Amino acid sequence: MIDMAVVELSRLQFALTALYHFLFVPLTLGLSFILVIMESVYVMTDRPIWRDVTRFWGKLFGINFVLGVATGLTMEFEFGTNWAYYSHYVGDIFGAPLAIEGLMAFFLEATFVGLMFFGWDRLSKRGHLLTTFMVALGSNLSALWILIANGWMQHPTGAVFNPETMRMEVSNFKDVIFNPVAQAKFVHTVSAGYVCASVFVLGVSCYYLLRGRHLELAKRSFTVAASFGLLSSLSVVVLGDESGYALTDNQQMKLAAIEAMWETEQAPAGLDLFGIPSNSAHETAFEIRIPYILGLVATRSITGEVTGIIPLVERAENRMRSGIIAYDAVERLKVDRNDLAAREAWERNKDDLGFALLLKRFVADPRKADAATIEKAAWTTVPNVPALFWMFRIMAGLGFFFIAFFATAFTFSVRRQFDRKWFLRAAVLAIPLPWIAIEVGWLVAELGRQPWAVDGVLPTFLGASSLTRGQIWTTITGFTVLYGIMAVIEVRLMLATIRKGPEIYEGNDDGDPAPERAPATTFTAIPAE
Amino acid sequence: MTIPFDYETLRLIWWTLLGVLLIGFALTDGFDLGSAALLPFVGRTDAERRMVINAIGPTWEGNQVWFILGGGAIFAAWPFVYAVSFSGFYLAMFLVLSALILRPVGFKYRSKKPDAGWRSRWDWALFVGGLVPALVFGVAVGNVLQGVPFRLDSDLRSFYVGTLLGLFSPFALLSGLVSVSMLVLHGAGWLTLKLEHGAARDRAQTYGQVAALVALVLYAAGGVWLAMGDIGYTVIGAVDPMGPSNPRLAVSVPAAGAWLANYGAHPWMILAPVLGLAGPLVALAGIRGRKDVLVFAGSSMANLGIIASVGLSMFPFILPSSIDNRSSLLVWNASSSHMTLFIMLLATVILLPIVLAYTAWAYKIMFGRVTEREVGLNPDFY
Repeated sequence: MIDMAVVELSRLQFALTALYHFLFVPLTLGLSFILVIMESVYVMTDRPIWRDVTRFWGKLFGINFVLGVATGLTMEFEFGTNWAYYSHYVGDIFGAPLAIEGLMAFFLEATFVGLMFFGWDRLSKRGHLLTTFMVALGSNLSALWILIANGWMQHPTGAVFNPETMRMEVSNFKDVIFNPVAQAKFVHTVSAGYVCASVFVLGVSCYYLLRGRHLELAKRSFTVAASFGLLSSLSVVVLGDESGYALTDNQQMKLAAIEAMWETEQAPAGLDLFGIPSNSAHETAFEIRIPYILGLVATRSITGEVTGIIPLVERAENRMRSGIIAYDAVERLKVDRNDLAAREAWERNKDDLGFALLLKRFVADPRKADAATIEKAAWTTVPNVPALFWMFRIMAGLGFFFIAFFATAFTFSVRRQFDRKWFLRAAVLAIPLPWIAIEVGWLVAELGRQPWAVDGVLPTFLGASSLTRGQIWTTITGFTVLYGIMAVIEVRLMLATIRKGPEIYEGNDDGDPAPERAPATTFTAIPAE
Repeated sequence: MTIPFDYETLRLIWWTLLGVLLIGFALTDGFDLGSAALLPFVGRTDAERRMVINAIGPTWEGNQVWFILGGGAIFAAWPFVYAVSFSGFYLAMFLVLSALILRPVGFKYRSKKPDAGWRSRWDWALFVGGLVPALVFGVAVGNVLQGVPFRLDSDLRSFYVGTLLGLFSPFALLSGLVSVSMLVLHGAGWLTLKLEHGAARDRAQTYGQVAALVALVLYAAGGVWLAMGDIGYTVIGAVDPMGPSNPRLAVSVPAAGAWLANYGAHPWMILAPVLGLAGPLVALAGIRGRKDVLVFAGSSMANLGIIASVGLSMFPFILPSSIDNRSSLLVWNASSSHMTLFIMLLATVILLPIVLAYTAWAYKIMFGRVTEREVGLNPDFY
């Protein structure tokens, strides 16, 4: 039997390393495009201030970028180290986007990021702008491919199980790439990154405005961040990835769990604004419900039904029974690959194999499961409802907050009102919010996928490597210490760089680099270092 | 979709591409690892150390992608290898990753503060980031040659029964040292090209000569060990090169000296070990004769020859099992599906030339020696 402690520790490690990696990635995704915008203005207007603005944010970009790269290394190998059976079971499909990500995206961003920092004096203005653009393109393409991989875990299309190799294999690669869930996730995730970077740039600019420092830089950055942020915050909500939830049983389960909807309601279903759901009681207490909204949003129609958790569990139970037949057929095919009866039984039930595998949590051989075990296993298809319910509301609430926030910022920037103290203070305080929304968003997406590693195909607990608890504790401790030290250093360097403010570089198109100099626009209590 | 190449051909192509990736990694990021391992010794003053760091600064990040891509490509084309080796070498992988994580941060953060203690700590972190991966990669290759203690059950789930300390057998340590000396030599070759003439460059060349001699002797010793020792595996009976990727369909057994059998059957393969032995000699001649390009060419030859010889010696094995004769991973039974291999080949044929083109452009932009003056003046330098 599988050691569930090993599985839980592996999940903990993956969550820790992924959430930590994802502290740095969103800022990279967004700040790279903000750099492109700023540098484009520099190239078009030829005003040196825009070059200083670009280089200042570029410096912060660099400090953040390296930690994204460093922690990304862990992610690339963690499937193999901690999720070996998963890697075997779906590597035929899941590995391809990861490899293409390396070829198409990582090389691009990593090669050009060196030139971006070292090439100011070696490249023409346009050449350097192109370099910055390539960094932005590379990091965003990387998001595309990893979300194609992740989208396949949420909605596995274009693949079939092969009993001869005991794994999923590609049947239609186009379906894998143009997976609707992946496409929606990509737009949603990169937009969230743009929001994150906009809040960051806006917040730091407001800090300067409050202090009366670096006003030239702060006002320009404010304007760029306000407009870019407004567009992105609209995109992140409007193009949120709810559209994919109606597609399959498991995606429907995620939606029902997010909404804590136990029974199917008559269409169009209502949306809970508040409630205290309970996984064990199968009900939600103290509901405050707005009628119709959920049905309209989730199905984009008045008549579309949103299925509740309890009917979905019944469906899972039926699929488990058919999955047991599929499992039995695979076992017979292992003994004799030419067993025609087994082949036929397999063909009829193969879509439900994954549901039989859920039973392995309770019995070594799913064929020996009794009715009570099947019912118990069917209820494991329900993810953590209270967690999803609340985390989704935090994420969505912040999403709407950002729209209002950037609409306000945009209005002020159009009217050149950079002196509204309350807003400047609020913007500084708002800096951590996008990170909260993003991390919670990741948790909603991945906790909502449980108990599956790949929806309907492979349960998470079967995906883990055959490791010992001690081994995983060693790496969890090691990564926590290493990452903790890095986080402290990173934040300190960021703050120091922000306090120091921009450097003024002289126009040195003759290739002679200018020495460092104290910033000219300093009227502040804090001395320039 | 009809696939224009048969399964056997695609498996051979992907076995070759696996070699290309590993060699690509060694040829590019290899000199970054070597230079980092040399950093505290080649650079005595802060200015010298910054020269070493900036000699690899603008391009190391792109080079490192060969490593990441190696991981992704093994996942995509050889999922069994990805699953079995990385979960088996679990703590060793953790060591490598922790060491590699120090590099990006070290490069970027080291010179952000003038504090000497801060800089010195990062210099040693970079040293670890260069030395540890170089050593562990070599140790891992040694273990692969000796066979890895894993078995696959009928669900093809892998179970590994070795320990971290068990990885450091005498032969594996020998491989580890071959790897370290080969990459340090490569780092010295790169620094020969990139540092301005002066004390730091002279030191790099001195260490380079030592590394070349060590690499030469230890690599030759490894070859003798393979011939005389009890290392090697062979396949019993026929394996269908077009068959399904199920390692339990083939039978393999230990066979002393079998790793040299391919050279008898295919004499052209001897070219690889010859390159591996000639490379360090060419690099030595380059240092002695003050022919800078020759030094780097020699260290590149050494990397190419040594890595290629490991792959060719083991063919068709990729990861032999030392405890179960129905688990060894072969070129013929451990790959992705026919379709995935073909799609990945298409992606590679389209994308890799583009990557090589802009990488070459980036090197061209950053062409020239790093000088102490430039390092002192340019605020964007590490």
